[in-house]
Amino acid sequence: MCVVCGCSTTSVANGAARSEDPGGVLHYGTGLARMSVPGITPTRAVQIEADILGENNRLARRNRAHFVAHGVTAFNLMSSPGSGKTTLLCASIEALRVRRPGLPLAVIEGDQQTSVDAQRIRAAGADAIQVNTGRGCHLDAQMVADAFARLDLHATAHQGASADALLFIENVGNLVCPAMWDLGEAAKVVVLSVTEGDDKPLKYPDMFAAAALMVINKVDLLPHVSFDVARCVAHARRVNPEIDVLLVSATRGDGMAGWLDWLVPGPAVSGGARL
Amino acid sequence: MHELSLAAGILQIVEQAAARENFRRVSLLHLEAGALAGVEPQALRFALSALAPGTCLEGAEIAIAEPCGTAWCGRCAADVAISSRAEPCPRCGGNRLRTTGGTELRVLDLVVFDD
Repeated sequence: MCVVCGCSTTSVANGAARSEDPGGVLHYGTGLARMSVPGITPTRAVQIEADILGENNRLARRNRAHFVAHGVTAFNLMSSPGSGKTTLLCASIEALRVRRPGLPLAVIEGDQQTSVDAQRIRAAGADAIQVNTGRGCHLDAQMVADAFARLDLHATAHQGASADALLFIENVGNLVCPAMWDLGEAAKVVVLSVTEGDDKPLKYPDMFAAAALMVINKVDLLPHVSFDVARCVAHARRVNPEIDVLLVSATRGDGMAGWLDWLVPGPAVSGGARL
Repeated sequence: MHELSLAAGILQIVEQAAARENFRRVSLLHLEAGALAGVEPQALRFALSALAPGTCLEGAEIAIAEPCGTAWCGRCAADVAISSRAEPCPRCGGNRLRTTGGTELRVLDLVVFDD
C-alpha cells in the first residue's frame, strides 16, 4: 500500500459502484442506483428464485426412488402427541406377523428425546431405529435417508431376499410442522384419536390436506366422549375431499382388518369400518 | 416451530449464492411465503434474526411477500380467494376446492453489498 495516499495497487476507489470490463473501461453505473456516491457502499441485486424446501424435496425424491428400487412401501404417520401412533404400529406389526408372515417390516421412530418408542416396536417384533430430533419438531428427508440406510430392511433388500417390504415412519407428535416435509413416503397418514376434538381437521388444515388417510383411533372410547365422528369426517373432507377415513381401536382391535387392507392390499378381510 | 428449519434452509441458499456471486453481506433478503404455505411470517423473521449473527445475513433487512391463497371451485368454474384450506368457496359455500396458489415458499432475490 502507498504510504503517502493510502492507496493499494488493487483498489483505489474502494467500495465504489464500479466494474471494469475486459477492455479496461471503468463503469460506475452498474449498481442498483445506476450511479456511484462516494462514501456509500454500493449494492447489487442477485436473483435467486429458489424453493426454500428445495433441498429437502430433492432428498425426498431420492428416498422415494430408493424405496421403489428396494420394493419398500413407506408410510409417514403423523398426529398430535398421545393419539396412539405407537400403539397402532405395535398392534399392526403383531397382526401382520400372522396375516403376512415373512413380510419384512421396519419402523423409523421420530421423537425429540428418548428411545422408548423404538423399544416398544422391537418388543412387538419389528426392526426399529430411533431418530431423536433434539429441538426439531419434525423429521426431514435427510434423517429418513440416514435411518433407512441403517435398517436391516435395507440390507435385506440388497441381498435380494424379498420383493416387498413395509416401512412405517412415525413422525414427531405434532399436527403442524411435519405436514410440510416430504420424506419420500408413498402416502401420509394422519392419526386422530376420539379423545381429541372433532374440529381438529379445521384447526390444522394443512396436515389433513397433506394426508391420504385419516385414522380415527381409540373408537372404543366413543361412548365416553363427546367426539362426533360424522362431524369430524365432514371437517376433514372440507379440507381434503379425497381423504380416506378408517375407524380403529388399536387396543381393542376394531377396524384393524380394514387398516391392514389399506396398508397391504390383498384378499378382502371382513371387519374393516371404511367410510 | 418449523420456521427455524426453514430459516436454516434460507441461510444455506443465501450462503451458496454468496460463494457463487462473490458477496459477503446482504442488505435486503426478499422472500415469498404464500398464505397457504404453512408459514407464520413473524415466526420466520424471528428465526432468521436468531440465525443471522455472524453470517452474511447479519443486519439484513427482511422483506416477505405474502401472496394470498387461491383455489379452483368446480361449481363456480372460477378461481376464488381463500385464506385457509379450511375455508369454503366464498361465492357458493361449496367445499370442492382445489388449491391453485398461495403455497409458494421461496427466496426470490437479494440486494447485496459490493464490498
